[in-house]
Amino acid sequence: MAEESEFAVEVRGLVNRFGRQVVHDGLDMQVRRGEVFGILGGSGSGKSVLLHSILGLRRPQAGQVLVDGVDMAQLHGEALRAAKARYGVTFQHGALFTSLTVRENIQLPMVEHLRLPPAAMDELAHLKLRLVGLPEDAAGKYPSQLSGGMVKRVALARALALDPPLLFLDEPTSGLDPISAAAFDDLIAYLQHELELTVVMITHDLDTIFRICERVGVIVDRRMVQDTRERIVQHPHPWIQSYFHGTRAARFGKGASPHGA
Amino acid sequence: MAFLESRREGEILGLTLRGEWNAASLESILEEQAALDLGGVRRARIYTRGAARLDLAGSWALDDLTRRLAGGEVAVEFPEGEPRSLQLVRHALYADAEARPPALREHHHHDYDPVEMLGRTTLERVRDARHGLAFVGRATVTQFLALRHWRHLRLTSVARHVYDTGITAIPIVALIAFLISVIVAYLSASQLRNYGADIYVVDLITVGVLRELGVLLTAIIVAGRTGSSFAAEIGSMKLNDEVDALAATGVDVIETLVLPRALGLVIALPLLTFIADLIGLMGGALLCQTLLDMPLQQFITRANEAIAPTTFWAGLIKAPVFAVLIATAGTYRGLQVRGSSRELGRLTTVAVVQSIFLVLLADALFAVLFLKIDF
Repeated sequence: MAEESEFAVEVRGLVNRFGRQVVHDGLDMQVRRGEVFGILGGSGSGKSVLLHSILGLRRPQAGQVLVDGVDMAQLHGEALRAAKARYGVTFQHGALFTSLTVRENIQLPMVEHLRLPPAAMDELAHLKLRLVGLPEDAAGKYPSQLSGGMVKRVALARALALDPPLLFLDEPTSGLDPISAAAFDDLIAYLQHELELTVVMITHDLDTIFRICERVGVIVDRRMVQDTRERIVQHPHPWIQSYFHGTRAARFGKGASPHGA
Repeated sequence: MAFLESRREGEILGLTLRGEWNAASLESILEEQAALDLGGVRRARIYTRGAARLDLAGSWALDDLTRRLAGGEVAVEFPEGEPRSLQLVRHALYADAEARPPALREHHHHDYDPVEMLGRTTLERVRDARHGLAFVGRATVTQFLALRHWRHLRLTSVARHVYDTGITAIPIVALIAFLISVIVAYLSASQLRNYGADIYVVDLITVGVLRELGVLLTAIIVAGRTGSSFAAEIGSMKLNDEVDALAATGVDVIETLVLPRALGLVIALPLLTFIADLIGLMGGALLCQTLLDMPLQQFITRANEAIAPTTFWAGLIKAPVFAVLIATAGTYRGLQVRGSSRELGRLTTVAVVQSIFLVLLADALFAVLFLKIDF
């Protein structure tokens, strides 16, 4: 059964091409249950394409994507709908529905997947809002009235609407100031711990990686190199070396975590 | 019950959770909770380990139950320990002492009384009209300033808009012009035949198409096609902050986004009108031949007698004016889009409705004017 699978997400031999441009060529990735997995890579290395392939937003040229041990490409109709309720996603720019209020944004997955009395949905939306640290009066606002940090939090609340065990985050801290980004990292870590979530995130943020990612997968040369955070920084690949030991990384010391974790 | 097993021992109520306590089963869970008989209960013991799953939605329901019990002066115990998800829910909901219990919260609905609504709407309309006028003024000034140097006229952009709004509209405009002349020919033939005045069908077709129908229908099609695309294109640029990016680069938004569209349409609409006139007359001739057995030669002779030298120009001269009206409504509404995709849809609709309205209004004014000056 699905629950037996060792990995929350497993990608096997993924191939993605755009015309002649090969983005992924036999990419493998394994995310274990209950861990925070960071996906790294240079601009244009295909991080978003990988996420889109996992989410079924894009059909890869070859390869398999297993979520909870189930090949999503084989599912149809009601089974696919049910499988999609088992993960939440946030997009890079929030992707909130601009014509819906914050409350309605959070309730949208509930409306689509569940049959609940309106009062209960209001209460649950309120709970999720509080969980991500937003004030009550944010519920009636429209996305255009929110700050960048609030948009990210509402997107997270929407991703958590159905209490999924698995969370995909696309650059959760991009565009936030360092303090807000750190607070957001802490929020993700807190929720991940409390709700026993598996989190897969695309990120560029060294702070985020050192603060909360347990394992890291780096897309280099159209494949993925993955290891624990402590070991990946020692990897000899030049891109990985310059990423972790370049000038921007220098303040962290030679790949050591500033938080002692 | 499937989710909640209860046992009564005197004043003590024992509750054991069963099954999946998640959002999907929430409705049944709430029903079972509501069905609990709490009469005479002083203490409740809740056993949570029996649940196959207890997520946040389930814990919220559990919190609801414990609050109801506490409200009824019932002491609540968790002999197996309070589940962590319940603690999380409570922390999220009641961490600040200020937070009122959720059940007491109410939504804020805005009720306006009719008088207030009338006032608001009136003020909004007045403000809208004033802003529209300011926009027209700004666009006019920018246009005159742009005339100083050809570089400000953005001719590449103008050419693109002539192509998008003009060349690509030729098939639909031609088809509509043909159908209109068919309608006019049939209508007038069926009426005039009664009086033996078949020949005047030609007058109706030529004068009708050249003076009014050719330009008017072309303008209406273009208003629907191009007015909407102006509004939607500029509106989605607004939503993506592209308009702000242009302005921040020091580029005049009116000069780059509004004027090329207006200028392109001012060039394209008369050309389209000319094509519509041509096709309309050809359609008329064809219909007269098949419907009234009128040879082509006779049609041309009669048409020459029917039209004055000004008839063709009386239609064509309106086209640039209509073009300016359509372009203004489309681009102005596009620039008004703010914040949400719903606004984009709403203002695109407004752009089309208003440009059609403005075209018809202007046409009526032209009709009166031409009558007065005998054009």
